[in-house]
Amino acid sequence: MLSSFLHAAVIAGTPLVFAILGEILTERAGKLNLGVEGMMLMGAVVGFKTALLTSHPLWALFGAALAGAAGALIFSFLTVTLRSNQVVTGLALTIFGTGFASFLGQGLAGHIVPASVKDFFHPVALPVLSRIPFLGEALFHHSIFVYAGYIIIIAAYVYLFKTRFGLNLRALGENTAAADAAGINIMKYKFAHILSGGALIGLGGAFLSLVYVPTWQENITTGRGWIAVALVIFCKWNPIRIFWGAFLFGGLDIIGFRLQGLNIHISQYFFDMLPYIVTVIILIMTSVKDSKEKSPPAELGRPYFREDK
Amino acid sequence: MTLKPAPHETLIKTRNLTKRFGDVLANNAINFKVKKGEIYALLGENGAGKSTLMNMLSGVYTPDEGHIFVHGEKVFFKSPEDSIKHRIGMIYQHFKLIDVMTALENIIIGRKDGFFLRTKEIKKQVLSIADRYGLPLNPDKKVYDMSVGEKQTVEIMKVLYRGADILILDEPTAVLTPQEIQNLFSILRRMKNEGCGIIIITHKLNEVMEISDWVTVLRKGENVGSVKTSETTYRQLADLMVGRSLDLSIEHVEIQEKNPVLEVRHLVLEDDERIKKINDLSFTLFSGEILGVAGISGSGQRQLCEALAGLYPVASGIIKYEGRDIVGLSSRQIMDKGISMSFIPEDRLGMGLVASMDLTENVILKDYYRSPGPFVDRKKGLEKTLAIIEKFNIQTPGPFHPVKLLSGGNIQKVLLGREIMSEPHLLITAYPTRGLDIASSFLIYDFINKQKKKGVPILYVGEDLDVLLELCDRIMVLCDGKATGILESQNATKELLGLLMAGETLESVERMNAHASDH
Repeated sequence: MLSSFLHAAVIAGTPLVFAILGEILTERAGKLNLGVEGMMLMGAVVGFKTALLTSHPLWALFGAALAGAAGALIFSFLTVTLRSNQVVTGLALTIFGTGFASFLGQGLAGHIVPASVKDFFHPVALPVLSRIPFLGEALFHHSIFVYAGYIIIIAAYVYLFKTRFGLNLRALGENTAAADAAGINIMKYKFAHILSGGALIGLGGAFLSLVYVPTWQENITTGRGWIAVALVIFCKWNPIRIFWGAFLFGGLDIIGFRLQGLNIHISQYFFDMLPYIVTVIILIMTSVKDSKEKSPPAELGRPYFREDK
Repeated sequence: MTLKPAPHETLIKTRNLTKRFGDVLANNAINFKVKKGEIYALLGENGAGKSTLMNMLSGVYTPDEGHIFVHGEKVFFKSPEDSIKHRIGMIYQHFKLIDVMTALENIIIGRKDGFFLRTKEIKKQVLSIADRYGLPLNPDKKVYDMSVGEKQTVEIMKVLYRGADILILDEPTAVLTPQEIQNLFSILRRMKNEGCGIIIITHKLNEVMEISDWVTVLRKGENVGSVKTSETTYRQLADLMVGRSLDLSIEHVEIQEKNPVLEVRHLVLEDDERIKKINDLSFTLFSGEILGVAGISGSGQRQLCEALAGLYPVASGIIKYEGRDIVGLSSRQIMDKGISMSFIPEDRLGMGLVASMDLTENVILKDYYRSPGPFVDRKKGLEKTLAIIEKFNIQTPGPFHPVKLLSGGNIQKVLLGREIMSEPHLLITAYPTRGLDIASSFLIYDFINKQKKKGVPILYVGEDLDVLLELCDRIMVLCDGKATGILESQNATKELLGLLMAGETLESVERMNAHASDH
């Protein structure tokens, strides 16, 4: 029973995994992107549409990643190159993404993901691992998309903390002038990480439309993009903590549904509200000052001018 | 890291280096060269064009005319990265370090080779370089736990690790204690012996005389002289730097009558996190006295000044002005008692003046509320402003010019002028000459002395120990919010002040001396 709950929580948490990770990369580059919700929607609709058109899962994923990256490109061009206000730009991007998804999603409602794509994402039990009692079934009997999430969390952790690229990225998020003086190509780093972050966010959206739902519906993300932004703080900008953050919220997402199955009747609206309430509580808790190392990247939200003093 | 020995004796040379900003000629045809094993000083006042020159050498600015030659090769720098490639290492005045990272991580940033960080291997390399140059370095210490001197060591290590053999240090001693300065100098001498070329940019004459082999003096963007340090004098350099003969002694006025005016007893100030910024501080300020406050920046000077002016909450303790406790009074109530503060933190426009307002408005700001009626009396303010402009020789297009468009020194003079013209009964001033050239600094010392002659007690927070020793009657040394000593200037030396700034107390210094004479 609990195992099947965990299993469902992992699935519900997977879109968050990609979205949080994408936002962590973006924020580590010193940019606060509030366009996550919009970019997820762009990824979701483009991924779904590509799946319908090509019936090929990889093209669908590629399309979704590209859509997310395109959103990120708009964001980074405005905030990095033109140094516009990040908050306003991010909000505008969310509005744009929402409209974009509604527009492209016209007439898609009710369509179902093609069988070839559905098969590709069909749950696979991993040999050996899935036999671990209790956890095996919950964690290792999933779609390949979910496993990709596991791998990418660990890869991002190694990248950030064990490679020189990660070190340089963290450096520029903490003190851009210092990184610049150290000869790091600031522009290249910012664009590269914001764009790859955007691609991940787009994939997060695609998981919803291709695997989780898997049909098209208007506003398919239902605020997950916003929760992802908040969870970046919960994860303290460290990818490894996404394992907690994303799957905890995946659990909150489905708990109402599960309890109904047990004939426990609490208003559905209460459960719909839960993730947001918990987000608020977590934000309050984490805003209580923590150690220096767990605070946000110091340059977060600040534009960088080389000749400023 | 393998280093090819430089085939050329001359490490870096400039030919007619010129840079303009709009109509302003920041550097005009600058020529100098630095050879292996030389320490070269670039001397000049603020605005002389030192920073511009340095920024061209490090690739931040591109020169409008002229060329730079490094290791005998003509170079064109498009970014700091290019200058690093040519083994030029910059050590900035404001350290470019990442607080949350360790020394080692800061050193590795920007490396170009390898995918994974080979921390162990790099640590070994770093320690061996540190050993060669005699740098005390703990690679695993986080930057936020470091003293200023340690941070500078990391900065130096950073450029050495990249194989730099040309080091450019921008005002390297500005924030160091005298002992730390000596440590730095011995490191620089060691690097010189190892064949590095070192350029130090400074306005401190005594340091130029002590450490450099050659010195080039810049004034208003022009190279006004390049001389061998051993063949010049302090006097000659000062005259070159200022452009005319200057009286370099600060007048010391004797105290007329000595009455206690401000009494501070067991003062404790805490910040938001309840960390004690001032810890059990007691002192008395007498009329007609200049009490100097020395200490490494961040030792509690700011909090002390703000508390005296009613801007910082007092956790416990007493501040008595002419016998009455002023703790808990608002800054305006305190101002009305004639306590005037001219406080100039690092950010000059942060607290004293409103940047976007013009000179007159800034002058009015101080006492507009005293004039009756709802309207502001601009006439009186304008008169006062014109008087300040004239008296302090402020370079401005007019009294209605926004303050932020003035140069740093002139902004300072506006603030000081306003405070001093308000005929204070008590003057609190912190770093009043920071960023001012020598001539203006002396003007300020003069004004402070004039106030002193009138019997005004003055609290003078300073950083230049020479000035403190000459100007002040007594000096109080702060370290971590505690007074490590209050002593008469006549009995103080720079070395003693340095020890106190580093946390020794008068007693412990005495013990040390007694111990030394025992042997």
